[in-house]
Formats: sequence, C-alpha cells, structure tokens
Amino acid sequence: MNSSSTQYLNSKRMDVYEPMHQFSMWGDFKGNIYQDASATMIIEVDAKLDNQSEDTSHTTIGPSNQCDQEASKPGDKVLRRLAQNREAARKSRLRKKQLEVSRLKLLHLEQELEQTRAQCALMSGGVNVCHLGFPGGANSVTPAGIAAFKMEYERWVEEQNKKTNALKTALHSPLPDMELHILVDDTMNHYANLFTIKANAAKVDVCYLISGVWKTSTERLFLWIGGFRPSELLKVLVPQLDLLDQQSHDLSNLIQACQQAEDSLSQGMEKLQQTLAEAVAFAHALGGGCYEMTNAMDKLEELVRLVIQADYVRKEALQQTIRYLTTRQAAQGLISLGEYFQRLRDLSSAWAMRLCEPA
Amino acid sequence: MEKIQSLTSENGVVIFTKSTCCLCYAVTILFQELRVNPVVYEIDQDPEGREMEKALPKQGCNSPPVPAVFIGGKLVGSTNEVMSLHLSGSLIPLLKPYQSLS
Repeated sequence: MNSSSTQYLNSKRMDVYEPMHQFSMWGDFKGNIYQDASATMIIEVDAKLDNQSEDTSHTTIGPSNQCDQEASKPGDKVLRRLAQNREAARKSRLRKKQLEVSRLKLLHLEQELEQTRAQCALMSGGVNVCHLGFPGGANSVTPAGIAAFKMEYERWVEEQNKKTNALKTALHSPLPDMELHILVDDTMNHYANLFTIKANAAKVDVCYLISGVWKTSTERLFLWIGGFRPSELLKVLVPQLDLLDQQSHDLSNLIQACQQAEDSLSQGMEKLQQTLAEAVAFAHALGGGCYEMTNAMDKLEELVRLVIQADYVRKEALQQTIRYLTTRQAAQGLISLGEYFQRLRDLSSAWAMRLCEPA
Repeated sequence: MEKIQSLTSENGVVIFTKSTCCLCYAVTILFQELRVNPVVYEIDQDPEGREMEKALPKQGCNSPPVPAVFIGGKLVGSTNEVMSLHLSGSLIPLLKPYQSLS
C-alpha cells in the first residue's frame, strides 16, 4: 500500500493515467480483475442486446473486438435497434390481426352453440307439450308450449341485438369480407330460427301467435298475419343502402313482388275469416247447448297453414334481398334492420313510461 | 293419372285446389293479379277427387297436395314454390305466354 501512495504523490505524469494505473498498482490480482471485469461486462451487455433482437443481427462479436467497436461505431448500434423495433412492431400488428380473426371465429361458434341449445330446449318443450295422451287436455297443454315460446322469443331478441352489434363492430373494422360474410350468414340463420320458433308456436296455439300479444305494443301496430310485412321492411331498409342502379331496380321489383304476395295471402285470410264466421254461425246444434265444432276447428287448422306461409314469405323476402347485395351492403342492411326493430321496441317502452307519469 | 294429364296438357295454367283451402285461394288471387286466368280445378268437388289427391304427390306435389300448380303442362309446385319463384322474379317469365293483354 505504501508503494502505491508513494507513487501517487511523486509522479505528475502518472496523474493522467491515474485511474487505470491505480488499479494496476493495487496488486495484479485485483487490478486485473477490475480491468477484465469491466471489459467482460461490456461484452455481456451487448450480447444480451444481440439476443433480444429476433431475426436481425447475426454478427458475433469477440471480446477482443468489443471495446474497439463500441468506441468507434455507436451509430450502427442505434440503427440496428431501430430496425429491431420496427420489426417487433410489425409482428405485433400481425399477431393482433390474427387474434381478431380468431376472436370472431370463437364468437361465431359460441353463437351457433347457443342457437342449437335454444332450439333443443324449445323442441324438448314442444315434445312434452304435444305428447299425445297427456292427461291434462288442451288447457294444460297450451300454456306450457306458449310459455316456452315466450322464453325462446325473449332469448331470440337478446341474441338478435348481440348479432347486430357484432355486425356493426365487424363492418367498421378492417376485416376481410370473408369474416363479414360469416356474420351475415349467422344473422340470416338467426332469422330462420325465429320462423322455426314461430311455426312451433303456431301449431300449439295459432290464435295466440296471430294476436301478436307476444310483441311490443308498437310492433303490433304493424302486425300482418302474425308478423311484419316484408314489403314495409324493405321500404325501411332499401333507402339506407348505397345501391347501384341495377340493384335499385331489382329491389324495387322485389318490393312489388312482396306486395303482390302479401295481397294474395291477405285475401286468403279474409276468405278464411269469412268461412270461419259461417262455420260458427251455422254450426249444427247437437242439443244440450252444444254445437258442432268440427268445421270451425278445421278453419283454425287452416289458419296455422296461413301463418306458416306468411313466415315463409318473410324468410324468402329477406333471403332474396341479401342475394342482390354485396357482403358489406348485406351487413349494413341487417344492421339497419336490427336497429329499426330495437328502436321500435324502445319506443314501446318510452310510450308505456309516458302513460305512467303523473299528469 | 289421366285426368290430371289431360287437364294439364290442354291448359296453360292449371291449379288443383280444394274449396276449403285458403292457400289455394291465395295462389289463384296471385295469378289473377299477374293477369293470368288459371284453370282452377276443385278436386273436392270432383267424384274422382280422392284419386286425384293421391295422384298429385306421385307427380311431385307432396305436402300439401293442394294447391298444385301446373304451367305449360309441368308441375311448378305448391304455395312455397310459387312464392319463391315470384319473389325471385322467375314466376312472371313462366307466365308470360299465358298473360292476357289488359
């Protein structure tokens, strides 16, 4: 120790090299370690940086070169790191996109599963209700089937709103048309499910279904044979779309065809009401206050066919509309439709609340 | 069945119906709306009606057997088929040869 302090005090020239020299004076062992250690640390840090970069930078830097490189080309390192950052960002964006696609696929599968569950629940409800030989008779059979329908319809509406939102999200995100097409198909299938649910309800109690009590009060204003009028729906939908001339022409023809189909079914309905009235009015008396109900009952069976036919026209009208549209237009159309129904239901709630308010 | 054969080959547009069937009525109204005067044959008013009702499914018109619509001697189908064709714009071209000029 004395030697180091002596040297320190004596030599002016030594001052310049003081730090390094001091190290070396402390004894070969320690000084060397420090010197080597610092050099080693530099190597390790750079090695870490090199490992972090994924694809770039395959240069192997030997310890002997390290100090030289560090001292002479700091710019290169920065450039390399910038390139690595860009690459990482690019990969991150790609992963995000892939995640989005997978998420949509999952959503689609979940929805399909939900629908299948709903249909199974309704069918099993229907089987219990329609089971021949059920001791309760008509009165105890009908409420169960109708209760099941109410539940299924409520669930259908909830799903409908979810699907409308899913379409909205998809339409405004940079997704390929293929993914949008899946959602459009899914929404169309959901409408088809509604008509299946309604057909089952018609077979249980057509008078209940055709009365529309299961719909909100504002929807009931537009009731036509147990549901919406396809031509009116198209008249709401079509103006909200950006259409080519040919599409406008085709859809205008479709609206006219719907009106003609609706008109024919309406006249069928009037004929049915007339014959039902006659069957009731001219029913043979069976004595004891009883009347022959067979004819009247047959008419009500006819009504079931008519309601199911009206639903068929609704389904066909929707499908034909979609056929004339591109995927994006179809998505926009279904969104408009979903939103329209939701607003109509909201209007019903608002109206009901208005009547409850104090005068 | 011969009766069906002769009726459909002799007349451009034939609809087999039942007088009690409201959908048969609806299809007839639609055709009239499209300026066609179909031959409407009520099979429940015909003594051979039961036979015809059995024969129609064999022609391809299954459930229900009525209304059964024939255009140009060929079975088009029942209400569903007529509605689908009309909405897709394919019914009028089929009916064109038989439309009246009013």
